[in-house]
Parts: sequence; structure tokens; C-alpha cells
Amino acid sequence: MISPDTDWDGVRLHVVTGKGGTGKTTVAAAMALALASAGRKVLLIEVEGRQAIARLFDCPPLPYQERKIAIGLGTGSDEGGDVLALAVDPEGALLDYLAMFYNMRRAGSALTKLGVVDFATTIAPGLSDVLVTGKATEATRRRIKPGSKESPHVYDAVVMDAPPTGRIGRFLNVSTEVSDLAKVGPIRTHADTVAKVIRSPQTAVHFVTTLEEMPVQETLDGLAELQELTDGAIAPGAIVVNMARPALLSPDELAAAANGSLDVAGLAAGLKAAGIADDDHLAADLAAELREHALQVALQDRARAELRTAGRPQYELPMLTDGIDLAALYELAAALRQQGAA
Amino acid sequence: MTARLDLERILDDRRTRIIVCCGSGGVGKTTTAAALGLRAAERGRQACVLTVDPARRLAQSMGLTSLDNTPRRVEGVDPASGGSLHAMMLDMKRTFDEIVEAHTDPDRAAQILANPFYQSLSSSFAGTQEYMAMEKLGQLRHADEWDLIVVDTPPSRSALDFLDAPQRLGRFLDGRLIRVLTGPAKVGMSFMGVLNAGFSMMTSALTKILGAQVLKDAQTFVTALDTMFGGFRERAESTYRLLQAPGTSFVVVATPEPDALREASYFVERLDAERMPLAGLILNRVHTSPAARLSTARSLAAAETLESQNDLSVPGTSPAVAAAALRMHAERMQLGKRERRLAEHFTSAHPAVPVAEVAAQPEDVHDLAGLRVIGQLLCEPEQR
Repeated sequence: MISPDTDWDGVRLHVVTGKGGTGKTTVAAAMALALASAGRKVLLIEVEGRQAIARLFDCPPLPYQERKIAIGLGTGSDEGGDVLALAVDPEGALLDYLAMFYNMRRAGSALTKLGVVDFATTIAPGLSDVLVTGKATEATRRRIKPGSKESPHVYDAVVMDAPPTGRIGRFLNVSTEVSDLAKVGPIRTHADTVAKVIRSPQTAVHFVTTLEEMPVQETLDGLAELQELTDGAIAPGAIVVNMARPALLSPDELAAAANGSLDVAGLAAGLKAAGIADDDHLAADLAAELREHALQVALQDRARAELRTAGRPQYELPMLTDGIDLAALYELAAALRQQGAA
Repeated sequence: MTARLDLERILDDRRTRIIVCCGSGGVGKTTTAAALGLRAAERGRQACVLTVDPARRLAQSMGLTSLDNTPRRVEGVDPASGGSLHAMMLDMKRTFDEIVEAHTDPDRAAQILANPFYQSLSSSFAGTQEYMAMEKLGQLRHADEWDLIVVDTPPSRSALDFLDAPQRLGRFLDGRLIRVLTGPAKVGMSFMGVLNAGFSMMTSALTKILGAQVLKDAQTFVTALDTMFGGFRERAESTYRLLQAPGTSFVVVATPEPDALREASYFVERLDAERMPLAGLILNRVHTSPAARLSTARSLAAAETLESQNDLSVPGTSPAVAAAALRMHAERMQLGKRERRLAEHFTSAHPAVPVAEVAAQPEDVHDLAGLRVIGQLLCEPEQR
């Protein structure tokens, strides 16, 4: 299969993280749609049990099962490929793991009843993280003919809607987290296999942020933490700026609006030309709105410049005032593809 | 018509001893908690803000430079009314260590602190932060050095974690699995026959998954903790009662967005079910317009008129700026309308919950002056 020319050729597992409220799930979904170009099959994975993907695509709650939820964004005359979704939870992943490696599904159910999963997630989140990331890496490596290195992969790409930025380093650094607890043993071996995929060039971790102070700071901290925890072994991906608002004025006009020297009389005259009378200081009120806009644009510019210090490819998605529905997701997917993200 | 949440009255009421700010991540909880604390201090209260994960510049502005678990006095607070403000950042591991040390003898404490499972539990258990925030709140309240404590809850995956954490930890420490792990010796003889089969199957499965060493570490850890179970549960229960007490007020913080409001709804229902005293909802970052009398439709039509005119450079007029202003205004009105609809969805589901709105600020808050503005917006809506 010929893959389109993108910034991430060769990457098959896209991990998407971001601070709460930045739209990480939305970006992960848009990325999955964008990656599923002509005939390419993409799996979108959710790991936090929030059923956010189901809500986004307006479908019933996702089971622990790969289900088709959409068709990817087409290219020219080619229709997009299938986008499947899967909600991974530690419990399902544990049963899966036991069935796959030990043929122990029944024992797994007994363990679940005894609260082993609760135990693992409570006392050693590293253990449940390895089960969850293990499922994502398994889907990434899965081939149409199991065991055959010649056989094509089932999925051309896997997109994971991962935990938020504050937790991403530990979440992905599975082998180290587990090795603190298990020096040897099967779970350790499993963790090492998972880590090999996550630390390969097949995996990239993308950071979603808005152009606001806290999310920008968390993005830079998250990138630094990822580098530090894993000694650079896990490849950072792109920074995806979400909900950016375009500047509506020229730089000079913005500067004037920001410092309050905007020509309000000129604005009033302009309004009059469009048939709107300057009743009750309407022009002054609109100038006040423009001032806020100008301050926001300046804030966004500072945030962008700060993000650029990270030296990562940067994509930008616009704020959609009508909220996010399926049509909006395709719009964002198109924007991502156009910028070379997929 | 929904009642307005009167935060000024809550801050001024000396019977209010604890305010808990909760809500999903990214809605402005920390800023809200800090703004409420500052306003209370400047209205004469001895206030302390307990925060979990503040933005760096906001923390710096309050004189917080490290996670040192000690309330520090915030400089620059207006002392005219005799109040003061302290602030602290939570160090969850240290708080946990202190509980362990307080509840067991030094030898056993050292053994627990060195166990890899303890280290994992105390630094990364998804509920530890919540549990420790509540523990610290209990301690601060007990110290009785402040007459108002404002607490900012951790940015949980689900905002509800924080209510569940004490009970979850208690349930976990009391659970069947733990009983089994601490060894068959602990179980009464009459159960032995029943449990043995299950026990051996489980240990063999656990050994397969985890390896024998891990299982042994877990058993050692759980056995060591066993002596502290009672103490843990008692603390969790007393914190829970403290939250239900009349001097506590919960405020739920949300932005006018679907996810944040959905979380806020869950929270309101949950607080009600747990009989926790809910003061109301703070709707943060609401977009309003000083020129609301100009409708979206008229604004857009006028912008189009201007843009279709060929000559945009009539002397003395700024048609391009006017067109941009009109477009921008229309967008803002549209956003405001969408937010209003989302907020109405919430208020119609929870008509009895008072609401306070805070207008979106064009710039981030990172100094006391900014916090003062937020405090004013929270408490004096008519000034907006």
C-alpha cells in the first residue's frame, strides 16, 4: 500500500495526550479519520473508561471489542477506509492477556471476582497500565495472518486517546514502572515486549494544547518529562494546537486595539456605512470587544512562540463555535491532513 | 429563574469553615479557590488555601515555590480588615508517610516505607492524591489556626474520584483479596475448606501473572499495613463526616462546555446523594458582550454589506475595521448563545442549584491583582 506523504510516515501507533479540557479526544478522533485515507484501516482506542469516543461519534457505549464507527476522510475520488474503535479497560485487558498467553480465561474471571483487578489498579497502577498499553501494542503489531512476518498488518495505524499530560510519562514508561515491582517474571517479560513497541520509531506521542498558559506549560513539562523518564527512548510527536482563534485585524490594528488607541470615530463611520447607527456608544462597546480580541491574539502569539521552543512540528486547529459533531470532526481531520499530520 | 449563588455571604459568614472547590480538570478550580481565599482574607478572615497542582506563575504569585506541605503566609494581601491569607501545596507522598509513621511503631513504619508496593501506592495510586488532600484538609481543620480553609480538589480523571477515594482505599484495605493475601492463617478455620481451593488457584494464577517475588512483596506489604487498617478507616470516616458538617460548603466549578457541565451535573447529584452541603455552581469563563443589543444576524449582514463595497478606503472611516468588529461580535454572540443553551440545560435539570457566573477574562490570572478581579466578579455580579 502506498502511504500518503506525511510528517509521520512509518509511525503506526499515534499516542494522543493533552491537558484536560484541551480536546484531546476530539483531536485523537480527527487524527484517526485523517489517517484512514483511501483503503487504510485505522483503530481508535480509548483507555480511560469515559466512553468519550462513543459520545463524540454519537453511538452506543463501546464494548471491549473492535467496532466500526466511521469511514475515514476520503482523498479526491477515493473513499476513506474503515475507522474502528475500542474501549480498553484494565479488567478486559487482563482477561485478554490471560487468555492469550496462558489460555486461562476461566481463572481470569475468578481473579476478577476476587478483586484482583481492583487490587492491581489500586496498589500498582503500573501493572494495569501495562495491560492497557499491551492491548494497544498488540493491535499495532497484529497481522492478517498471525505469526507471519510477511503478512500485512491488520491496522495501518492505531490512534490511542491516552491519559492526560500529567500522567503520560509514567503511563508509557511501562517497563520501568513495572520493573520497580517485578524484577523478573512473566509480567516483566510482557512489559518489556510492550516497551519495545512504544520505544520504537513506530510510535509517536502527540501533545494537544490550547493557546493558554496552563496547557502550554503542561505540554512543555510533559515533553520534558517524557524525555527525562525514558532517556529520549519514546519519540515525541507533534504539538497540536486546538481551538485557536484567528486574528481578524492587521498587526497594526491589533496593536491599536490592544492599547486603546483604535479609531472609534472611524469605526462608528464604518458602521454607519453598513446602516448601523452608533446608538448608545455601540462603536465604543465594539471597540472594547476588539480590545479583548487583540489581547487574546497577543496571548496566543506568546503561547505559540513558547511552544516553538520545544522544536516539534506544530499543527493548528480552529475553534469551532458551534461545538463538535461528526461534520466538525471531518473538518478538523481535513485541517490535520492539509498540514501534513496525516 | 435560578437563584444567584451569593458567595459574598458564604465568605462573610463566620460559620463557614471549609469551602471545597470541585469540578473537572481545566475549568479554573485553582484560580477560583485562590480568588475566594484572597477575598475572604481581605474581608477579615484568617484564610488558608490548600491547593494541589497550581499553575507555576499563580503559585509564585502566592509565594509558593515548592511542595513543602506547610502553609505559607501570602504577602501583598490588604491587611486593612485584619484578615490574613496562607497557602500551601500538597505533597501527597509526605502526607502518606506521616500517616504511616503516626499509626505504627518506627520499625514497622520503616519496613512499610521501604516496600516497593508502598512506594507505588503512595506516589501513583490514582486515588492517593484525593485521599491525601482530604487527609490534609482534616489536619488543617483540626489545627484550628484558620477560620476558613478553601480547598482545591485534584484534577481527577473523574471529578468524583475525590469523594470516593477515602472509601475506596478503605474498601481496598478491607477487601477479600487482602484477607486472602495476608494468608489463610488469618481466616477462621471453618472457612478454610471453602477458601483453600480458590486460594491455591488464585495464588497460582497471580504467580503466573506477576511472578513469585511480586506476590511475596505484596503479601509482606499487606501484612505490614494490616495493623493500620483500623486507623485508616477511622480517618477516612472522620474526614467524610467533616465534609458533611454544617460549616462546609461545596462549590462546583464548570465552564459552559458540554463535558464540564456533564461532570458538574454528576457532581451535584452525587453531593446530594451523599448529603454533602452544596452551595452552588460557579460557571466560569462565560462569554458575554457589552454590545448585546446588536444581534448576530444584523451584525453579520452589516459585515457582508461592508465587505461587498469596493472602496474600503473612504477617508475618515474604517470600514475594514468595522467589518472585522462586526464579524468578531457575531462570533462572540453565537458563542454566548451556545453557552447559554448549555447552561440552561444544566439549570433546568437542577433548578434548585444557585449559580454564579464569571465572565471570560482576556488574559490568564497570575498575580494577586488578577485574583482580586476574579474575586470581585464572583461576588459582585452587578459590577460586571
